[in-house]
Amino acid sequence: MKKKLLSVVLAATMVFSLVACGSSESNSSAEGASSESVATTTDASGDVAPAGDGAVTGTLKLGLIGPLTGGAALYGTACANAAQLAVDEINAQGTGLTVELNAQDDEHDAEKSVNAYNNLKDWDAQAIVGCVTTTPCVAVSAEAYADRMFMLTPSASSTSVTEGKDNMFQLCFSDPNQGSASAQYIYDNGLATKVAIIYNNADAYSTGIYQTFKAKADEIGLEVVSETTFTDDTANDFSVQLNAAKDAGADLVFLPIYYTPASLILQQANTMGYAPTFFGVDGMDGILDIEGFDTSLAEGVLLLTPFAADATDDLTVSFVNSYKSAYGDTPIQFAADAYDCVYAIVAALNFYAEKNGALNVDGMSYDELCEILISVFSDPNFSVDGLTGEGMTWTAKGEVNKAPKAVVIKDGAYAGM
Amino acid sequence: MLTNLINGISLGSVYAIIALGYTMVYGIAKMLNFAHGDVIMIGGYAAFCTATYWNWPPAFAVLFAIVVCTALGIIIEKLAYKPLREATSLAVLITAIGVSYFLQNSALLIWSSNPKSFPNMISIPSITVGSAQISGTAIVTILANIVIMIALTIFTSKTKVGKAMRAVSEDKGAAQLMGINVNQTISLTFAIGSGLAAIAGVLLCSAYPTLMPTTGAMPGIKAFTAAVFGGIGSIPGAMIGGVLLGIIEIFGKAYISTQLSDAIVFAVLIIVLIVKPTGLLGKPVREKV
Repeated sequence: MKKKLLSVVLAATMVFSLVACGSSESNSSAEGASSESVATTTDASGDVAPAGDGAVTGTLKLGLIGPLTGGAALYGTACANAAQLAVDEINAQGTGLTVELNAQDDEHDAEKSVNAYNNLKDWDAQAIVGCVTTTPCVAVSAEAYADRMFMLTPSASSTSVTEGKDNMFQLCFSDPNQGSASAQYIYDNGLATKVAIIYNNADAYSTGIYQTFKAKADEIGLEVVSETTFTDDTANDFSVQLNAAKDAGADLVFLPIYYTPASLILQQANTMGYAPTFFGVDGMDGILDIEGFDTSLAEGVLLLTPFAADATDDLTVSFVNSYKSAYGDTPIQFAADAYDCVYAIVAALNFYAEKNGALNVDGMSYDELCEILISVFSDPNFSVDGLTGEGMTWTAKGEVNKAPKAVVIKDGAYAGM
Repeated sequence: MLTNLINGISLGSVYAIIALGYTMVYGIAKMLNFAHGDVIMIGGYAAFCTATYWNWPPAFAVLFAIVVCTALGIIIEKLAYKPLREATSLAVLITAIGVSYFLQNSALLIWSSNPKSFPNMISIPSITVGSAQISGTAIVTILANIVIMIALTIFTSKTKVGKAMRAVSEDKGAAQLMGINVNQTISLTFAIGSGLAAIAGVLLCSAYPTLMPTTGAMPGIKAFTAAVFGGIGSIPGAMIGGVLLGIIEIFGKAYISTQLSDAIVFAVLIIVLIVKPTGLLGKPVREKV
């Protein structure tokens, strides 16, 4: 009995860690960005060359690591495609800086990812965009930290990716930061007066988001009327949690959980005739793809995500169009993240050159470039406008600050707000 | 209060129907078939595939699931458990855990880890009692439970095959001397237990419509707890144990703490076993000298 229990728990952990890897790579948005003190704001759609006294010249060799094959290939190929698109655009501008991109496959495997990283080092890569998924990223960033190679990940959102590594930056929100970003978004947009939270207290991802959400909600005066939990073992029946939310009069239920239990919550809420607004984070991404799921149940569900392909701003429209014409697909948020990564690194070089005079990156060693990029990314005056957020700034810990964005599920698809 | 009670009973009925399979196999073959939860999962997938991919009507999908699971039960018994008939019970237990993993990983290969949403097979409208609502699925689950429990009780006490089963359960050697084919009887027990698992799978997935390779694992553990709670080997005990477990779980969640609900369930189990080691309806086992 005990052994079985243990084995079931282990099996569940394994399965859930797989699920976690799959969906936590998706991305988010965070606190209100402080963009008042912007020294150089580089528009991601173009205009890379700054007018300052220093220009960036030479050839920058950028490596990219992500799963180009295997189960998570969707994420990796999207990143590689979009990064290539960004590189082509930058090279076409003819500013004196050319970028070479080398995308290496890691099959979402930590060991293969380190091999991919070593390949890139042999190729004389000067900085890395990646890794796309969390587990490989933790492994590679440890190597890169020892080597002094700069890394900017488009989508590995766990805090373990950046923790204790000054050379590692995230373009997506770290997992827990999604909580404060969600609270801020709900408050700013007046989505609810009373909020209920249902979270998985056996899961670090879910609990982390819950804690930051609660702290932010208390700080800004968003009323949380019901907090209930479940665990992976009790993720079947949500009648009690939903009744508690309903009885407390919550008009919004915050679900910092993965889409599988969320789909059950939506179904059970529908059965009991309870129809609040449901608000999810990146773990909710995927709910429309559950085989056999009645997507009409997810109608009106809000989702914190940095990128919606059908948004109407110029930057998104031009990106989506060129991505579609190049690859025949609608870009997912990973693509937008990787696209922003390339522009952010180029913007950082320009920012540096503007301050310290002309910079030639030809043949510059990666550790030299690493110190330059760390100094720029840690600079609170450095900010980037991209597809996934305006006025993105970074903390020295490697976490990004940007304004939260949300999408709503409408007619079985994501729609911009 | 009433809502919680009804939710508890419907959750408990799902546990009870799984517990019936556990208790049936344990009562007769004297072995803990830990792969039972995974047979339930296979039953769920069988019904899912026929209903979703081949568009069979629900009744046929359920029948197909029963056939698949019964066959699976017989095959598992023949390949994994029969060679160990004379081995220690610990060896059989470990084998059962192995089978459980085998089934889970096979399902992972065939259907992948992506969850599937189970189609709605029970189109009975819900009934409103006072302020509470009883869903059609809950009604069907509760009724199926009672019917199966009564049918099993009659089967084991009145029919010839059922009597043979009880004889095997009491003394294998003596039963063999009386001309009962022990191996066949045990195979039949597995067939029935696995057929029940298919029904349990469909009902479990109808009540909580997410299907994954691990779907059967936790309900299996809880149902095993329910079977022990009610007195393992006792058919009415499994039902009472299951329903009580469901009610305790929901009430624990609603009135004490959502974080502690499992702790409460298992604490109650421990207390019951301290006071009454054979479970609520279990027969005290006489030591044979």
